[in-house]
Amino acid sequence: MNPYITNTPQEVEQMLKAIGVEILDALFAGIAPAHRPKSFDLPKGLSEYEVMRHVTALSLKNNVHVVPFIGGGYYDHYIPTAVSSLTSRGEFYTAYTPYQPECAQGTLQALFEYQSSMCALTGMEVSNASLYDGGTALYEAMMMAIRITGRDRVIMDGGVSPIYRKILKTYTHHLSYQFEETPIVHGQSSRDEIYQRLDRDTAVVILQNPNFFGAIDDLTDIIAKAHSVGALVIVSVYPVSLGLLKTPAEMGADIVTGEGQSLGLPLNFGGPYLGFMCARKKYIRKMPGRIVGETVDSKGQRCFVNTLQAREQHIRREKATSNICTNVSLCALQAAIFMAVVGKNGLKEMAQLNLDKAEYAKQVLSKIKSVEVKRSAPTFNEFTIHLHKDASEVVAAMMKKGFAAGFPLGRYYPGMERYLLVAVTEKRTKQEIDRYAKALQEVLD
Amino acid sequence: MDSRLRGNDSGGRVMEIEENFLYTKEHEWVSIEDNIATMGITDYAQEALGDVTYVELPEEESEVEQFEQFVSVESVKAASDIYAPMGGKVVDVNRKLEETPALINKDCYGKGWIAKIDVRDMDESTNLMSAEEYRNYLDSLH
Amino acid sequence: MELIFEKSIAGRKGFDFGDPDVPSHAQIPSKYARSVDAALPEVSELDVVRHYTRLSQKNFSIDTHFYPLGSCTMKYNPKFTEALARLSGFTDLHPLLAQLSGGEQWTQGALQILYELEQWMCEMTGFSDFTMQPLAGAHGELTGIMLMAAYHKSKGNTKKKYVIIPDSAHGTNPASAAVAGYETISIPSNKDGGMDLEALKAAVNEETAGLMMTVPSTYGVFEGNISEISKIIHAVDGIMYYDGANLNAVLGRCRPGDVGFDVMHINTHKTFTTPHGGGGPGAGPVGVNQKLSKFLPISRVVKRSDGVYVLDYNYPESIGYIASFYGNFGLLVRAYAYMLMLGREGLMATTDHAVLNANYIMRKLEPYYKICFDRICMHESVFSASRQAERGVHAIDIAKFLIDQQIHPPTVYFPISVPEAIMIEPTETESKQTMDNFIDKMIEADKLSQTDPAAFREFPKTMPVTRPDEVKAARDIKTSFFLASSPTDAV
Repeated sequence: MNPYITNTPQEVEQMLKAIGVEILDALFAGIAPAHRPKSFDLPKGLSEYEVMRHVTALSLKNNVHVVPFIGGGYYDHYIPTAVSSLTSRGEFYTAYTPYQPECAQGTLQALFEYQSSMCALTGMEVSNASLYDGGTALYEAMMMAIRITGRDRVIMDGGVSPIYRKILKTYTHHLSYQFEETPIVHGQSSRDEIYQRLDRDTAVVILQNPNFFGAIDDLTDIIAKAHSVGALVIVSVYPVSLGLLKTPAEMGADIVTGEGQSLGLPLNFGGPYLGFMCARKKYIRKMPGRIVGETVDSKGQRCFVNTLQAREQHIRREKATSNICTNVSLCALQAAIFMAVVGKNGLKEMAQLNLDKAEYAKQVLSKIKSVEVKRSAPTFNEFTIHLHKDASEVVAAMMKKGFAAGFPLGRYYPGMERYLLVAVTEKRTKQEIDRYAKALQEVLD
Repeated sequence: MDSRLRGNDSGGRVMEIEENFLYTKEHEWVSIEDNIATMGITDYAQEALGDVTYVELPEEESEVEQFEQFVSVESVKAASDIYAPMGGKVVDVNRKLEETPALINKDCYGKGWIAKIDVRDMDESTNLMSAEEYRNYLDSLH
Repeated sequence: MELIFEKSIAGRKGFDFGDPDVPSHAQIPSKYARSVDAALPEVSELDVVRHYTRLSQKNFSIDTHFYPLGSCTMKYNPKFTEALARLSGFTDLHPLLAQLSGGEQWTQGALQILYELEQWMCEMTGFSDFTMQPLAGAHGELTGIMLMAAYHKSKGNTKKKYVIIPDSAHGTNPASAAVAGYETISIPSNKDGGMDLEALKAAVNEETAGLMMTVPSTYGVFEGNISEISKIIHAVDGIMYYDGANLNAVLGRCRPGDVGFDVMHINTHKTFTTPHGGGGPGAGPVGVNQKLSKFLPISRVVKRSDGVYVLDYNYPESIGYIASFYGNFGLLVRAYAYMLMLGREGLMATTDHAVLNANYIMRKLEPYYKICFDRICMHESVFSASRQAERGVHAIDIAKFLIDQQIHPPTVYFPISVPEAIMIEPTETESKQTMDNFIDKMIEADKLSQTDPAAFREFPKTMPVTRPDEVKAARDIKTSFFLASSPTDAV
């Protein structure tokens, strides 16, 4: 019935006696008859092997063998076996939040190392210990910028993930912030559109690199312009691309967020993922989420603790920097281990492979007559192609040939029904790319 | 300092109170000279907070109302809002607290001052307590 | 112990991506390229494995230690749910696949799990609809409060300004209400640990948007006046929010949807024992009654008449997207497998034994520690170490003593309204022997507080580190290997 309950009937008797009640039901006397369930009609329990069989069968109803050329911010990267082997240790995954630092140095040091690696990757000075996912991290960053500046206008570039933009709208539509979206021109952030809207009431400009269409950019000029009117700039980044790309710190960004799934986390049908947030040090006390800091113990040895907790909800309640209680410790640990295994050179190699394979795919696809590869801006591992028919229909036809062909942009961008976003990671082989191109040609003919 | 009155807290330590200062119920002190009110938090407040780790100072030149929250002080396990004891313009803040917030614990009535306010309306001081009244107030809390 | 960065040797590699099989070699134009490589560690795979294995050994965890953390429900995380969640049919599934035309057929297993979880949770709680999207309990709270706001807005009620919250609530309650744009009013508890009804009546008016309540409360007390409270709130068209943090104490014994609540969240890591992960990830499904269902976030998972599960975005009054996808799916699979195994009787037994174990510890410790509410508790009990504190031994000292006894301390200093609070939640998965050992150690701590209170200052002595200087950590900020420690500039 429940193999995880260890009390024997004799022990139950002994315990009831110690408590001073006759029967177990007496412990629930405080719940009046009127408050008891009207129904609790659930199935009978199953044995472990029955559940294993049932859930395994469900997992097999999902087809994970379609060859993925789909990204949209979530990528099919290789995860070295050592990563999940280490995070599978019960000492990590069955531990609680490290509120008692003396018996949680493992988690605390690992989170400190995670924060350090995120700083190395983005070039920023400080990082928190993670947030839920890339979209909610961007929302938290926006609120942080509003708090720092005391202003209420937000300029959001159209190249920011439409999924993120929808999330931000949900959280703010009942609050009194002004929210403006600037259109994308030739696949890139439009300086003119952003500058027109920048003023001294602007709290923050939100940008993404590479943007949702895969285009990479040097955002230094936009950031400088925003700073000239006292606005902050958030850049949402794709961490693997930072193996090669100019860092948001080099561009002058104030806050950097992103989705950390590409750093060693499986796709997992949408989660758990890893929201990360880095910033300039001077803003650390306005940051949401847990932060691990170094200190010394009473003997002077180095150790790690949750720090700056006075920002958080358990102390500041309604005045906290955010309502967030948890981080995604285990996902941050996973990313930390991934970044250590892959290392300084490995991340660069991995990024280069992504770039090379995407460039190869562009070459192959551009040979198809009815495909136009958009080349108005350089790209990393994802790019946009224009088709002569509805991309959504093409994707459905490609699905039958065993490919997740990409993400049809029409889903989020009205008027772009014939555009397809194609992602190529290091896992895609030359053969798969060639087969993909052949299948696409067949579908389009 | 010799001029301090003595009050008792429940833990037995004698709380220091500066005789010529004025006090709020939120445990801020203020000392007014030539229309400039220097303010900080009392010994009782710093003791209750514990080791101060950070002081969020108000912006200079900003205008505050009497009893408006304008500063916050953090320790490891607590955050406390600090209210302006008098309304007016903030004309100076104690930048030393940025580097050394512990000044509030070490010398709350002296080097641990927080801000100076150019007072708008001197009559507002009638809303404050004298040292004697503040001591009685502290006693009433226990 | 050294940091992984301190083990770094220039040129060492831990992983080989192999030679590229494509002919092209591209270059990022220098304008867009980073000027120096990211200073990640340069270590071998073996270095990494030893480093993190050793770090793991510096942790207490459920797999290694008793963890009677009140309010946190640290129960055993069954291994088979872990194995199931790691099946490639789940882990390798791209979330956008379900949104492609023709893609739903490739995600039927995943969508079925989400759909069935919703059915199970509705029946367990008495609500009509659930969303699996919220990514943690606090995220569920925020979602729930946004549903509350959407409800008032749809009725054109612009007066609603306040959310009422008892003083015993978790800090996330007032923080979530504030983030959603409401002001909060705190209501004191009465001497029995219930809500002070007079104070509630005095606080409620036309501006009351709703009430957030944890039942049983964080004092471990079931609120007997729940029907009356719900009448008071509903009389002003307020929304009753049930914080499901303690649902594990009443599952099968009371359903929030039956007793007047309109919306709730479930912490899957508590009631459905998904692992805590050292502080997340969590999952915080939100349930509602019909009053609020049309506002739930999109997408929703629906079953078509032909039996196919699909994502449905067609809810014009929905609050919209609250997360990128469909929730923390990996955790939801674990919760699903756990529910299936336990079934009706197993889930009810969970509640029974959680409450039995909590009361056993409470009665055994009562002679030694001041009990806050002398009545039968639910899944946890709250003590105050006030007697020990008079001897100079505080709740935190007792916590540190327990660490040396190889027991994770109970929750201390929460609820904040109880001085020197010690909050104990054994859970149903711990044995009587484990609890008896804990009780003995707690009694030993009390004895030691009488004979040698000064000894507590040294605890813990047996851990890799002694008590940390948290003041230094907050004053001299060093949060990255690359950051020189120094105070921050004020902003």
